[in-house]
Amino acid sequence: MAIKKYAFVVKSLPYKIESSRLAMTHAISSQTVEIYLEDGENVEPVICFIGDGVLNCVKGHQAMKHYGVTSLEQHIKNALLLDLKVLICKEDVDKFGLSEASLIMDAEDIGGETKAQVVPYSEIQQALDSADHLLFN
Amino acid sequence: MSKLTIGCFSSLVGSMSLDFAVKLSKAAVEKGHSVDMWVSGNATMLSKKGQRAFKDYSALAKPLEELFATGKFQATACEACAEARGYHKDDTMAGFKRHSMDWYLASCFSADKVLHIGGD
Repeated sequence: MAIKKYAFVVKSLPYKIESSRLAMTHAISSQTVEIYLEDGENVEPVICFIGDGVLNCVKGHQAMKHYGVTSLEQHIKNALLLDLKVLICKEDVDKFGLSEASLIMDAEDIGGETKAQVVPYSEIQQALDSADHLLFN
Repeated sequence: MSKLTIGCFSSLVGSMSLDFAVKLSKAAVEKGHSVDMWVSGNATMLSKKGQRAFKDYSALAKPLEELFATGKFQATACEACAEARGYHKDDTMAGFKRHSMDWYLASCFSADKVLHIGGD
């Protein structure tokens, strides 16, 4: 079975530009990529939040209220609901004075079982090194 | 020969990223490689037909037509990104395809190299 690993790197602030939203929507679209591939082929995405990008993971987005658009929080929860691997850089979380309690770590409220992981950058680097393709770097 | 997949996300006007991506595609095709170009976000502007060339802006309609004619280049716009910007199917340049984002991921699957150009 041929599986290719894609690493989606999110390093932009939410809402300021479209990059983090595009990274999330492209990563989520991995769930339907099989329609273009041969039997046994698939892709395995990992979403890595680094630098300013970790601020996408702060709980309590009110994008619908203020901008009238879906929130990045909902996209992250959708990714977790679909069992996508979500890694958040610990050093950058610490840099912003955040804690896991302030971050979107799960999607239990919509029935998700997979949890996001706050990990040292070295672990994110390993994920990037093992990826076949880097996207949204 | 190899396959190159290029994902572009910057607008046609206001950035030279698409200009670079098209020139890179031309160079790759001339070397015998095939190129898939995916435009998403503001880069879907590239798929708009009826672009008028001004010296002040990057004008890419003609080079794209030449690339399409080689048969070794295909370009696809994110349908949702285009529709959100008012670029409808009828507004799309001849040769340009429109698909959902999974098309890009599938193109990456069979690519020898993937380049991501312009992240805004």
